[in-house]
Amino acid sequence: MSKNSICAWQELALGCAVVEPGNASQLRTGDWRTLIPVLNEEECIKCGMCAVYCPEFCISEREDEFYRPDFDYCKGCGICANICPKDAIKMVMEEK
Amino acid sequence: MLKRVGIEVSLAVAEAVRLARADVISAYPITPQTHIVEELSHYVANGELDAEFIPVESEHSAMSAAVGSAAAGARTYTATSSQGLALMHEILFIASAMRLPIVMTVANRSLSGPISIWNDHSDIMAERDIGWVQLFVEDGQEALELSMAAFKIAEDHRVLLPTIINMDGFILTHMIEPIEFPDQKTVDAFLPPFEPAMRLDPAHPVSMGPVGVPEVYLEAKKQCEQALLDSKPVVKEVLDELNELFGRDYDLVQTNGKDGAETRFVTMGSLGESVYTAVEALNAEGKDVGQTRIRLWRPFPVEEFLAACKGAKRLIVIDRAISPGSVCGPVAQELKSVLYGQPNAPEIVNVICGIGGRDVPIEEFKEIYALAQAGKLEKTYTLWGLNSNA
Ligand code: SF4
Ligand code: SF4
Repeated sequence: MSKNSICAWQELALGCAVVEPGNASQLRTGDWRTLIPVLNEEECIKCGMCAVYCPEFCISEREDEFYRPDFDYCKGCGICANICPKDAIKMVMEEK
Repeated sequence: MLKRVGIEVSLAVAEAVRLARADVISAYPITPQTHIVEELSHYVANGELDAEFIPVESEHSAMSAAVGSAAAGARTYTATSSQGLALMHEILFIASAMRLPIVMTVANRSLSGPISIWNDHSDIMAERDIGWVQLFVEDGQEALELSMAAFKIAEDHRVLLPTIINMDGFILTHMIEPIEFPDQKTVDAFLPPFEPAMRLDPAHPVSMGPVGVPEVYLEAKKQCEQALLDSKPVVKEVLDELNELFGRDYDLVQTNGKDGAETRFVTMGSLGESVYTAVEALNAEGKDVGQTRIRLWRPFPVEEFLAACKGAKRLIVIDRAISPGSVCGPVAQELKSVLYGQPNAPEIVNVICGIGGRDVPIEEFKEIYALAQAGKLEKTYTLWGLNSNA
């Protein structure tokens, strides 16, 4: 049963506090996703609107200057697809 | 060292908080707690207490501000009563889960409806499972001294849990009693400054009160429960130290009347004083009766209670709250579960009295005793004084 537990109660920090900064990155929320944003590079004008509106802050400018999500954190909410002025993002069912 | 002053008990509690050098008081006034925080706001306003007084817009905010303040490492105090305590309800769990040693006085009062400002224990009995250390006081001197002790208990690194001092509304809060006040030096020696084990500090960042996913919630609950269970010896230790310093005799559970009596009254809070007088009178009449007074309510001092009731065949448990739909009042419920499976467990006779401020004179406890001896009280519980002459 303890297989379902993160750690023994004696090892928890006082009051279940989080004592290391930056640990939110360990909580990979990407596995909640059913839809995935797919970018059409032909249409994208690299305006960065999707990055601004992504509630997960997981879209950033990559080396190819396109704005792309980090799929460890993308929840598939579709806000980026909605906000894109060029309809360059399509939400499609993700195949696991 | 000590001088005796005739003073309203609420003001004595405010003085205790001043002597304890509280850093932050966040409170909303509610009858019959008002005089405590009103007096504290005077202290802060005229510079007698170097503290931050946060006049919030509700008790929900009072407790929320207290959580923030204690998390920042400040010695934090608040007081409430009845509906105000109910309004704090959701934050009470957060304070204990975050292991914040807030001290709170609850001026016990019945809950609406019908609207009642008078005393009983229905407010605190609805808060049995919040994970706070909870004590009940019987008189003004005890209210003063345990209010200071509460900080020492709560802030002990073996405890680090919020602590409630329960005192009966009006019956205690608004009574003028002769009270001995310690001087600041004595209190400083008894109560060192608050040393938080963890606090909000930009130099050492921590996240307090995070999400507890199913994979950690249970372990977090266990940590708090264990801290509460482990607080019992610390409460005992602090009371012993207080006894030594102030010449008192406080214990987790107290007994009086005939030793090893066949019948014992069990009380919690100020009605214990009336029962005490009744027991003395009954003893003088040669009756085999004693009294067990519960001072520490959470964590419940099981072993101490059993020792204090040794030899009893019958316990007359006085409850100050109704537990609708249950088999008896909340204190009797507790004691039934404590006694279950114990060898030679005494019978429990439960009398629920003094509800919504209904007066219970000393004579009536003698009557309760006589009826209990004759087996004439209800097997479940008796609502004492109920008018049912339809
Ligand atoms: S909002 Fe649309 S066009 Fe702008 S960068 Fe994002 S995908 Fe490209
Ligand atoms: S689908 Fe939602 S979470 Fe994923 S990249 Fe777009 S806006 Fe961000």
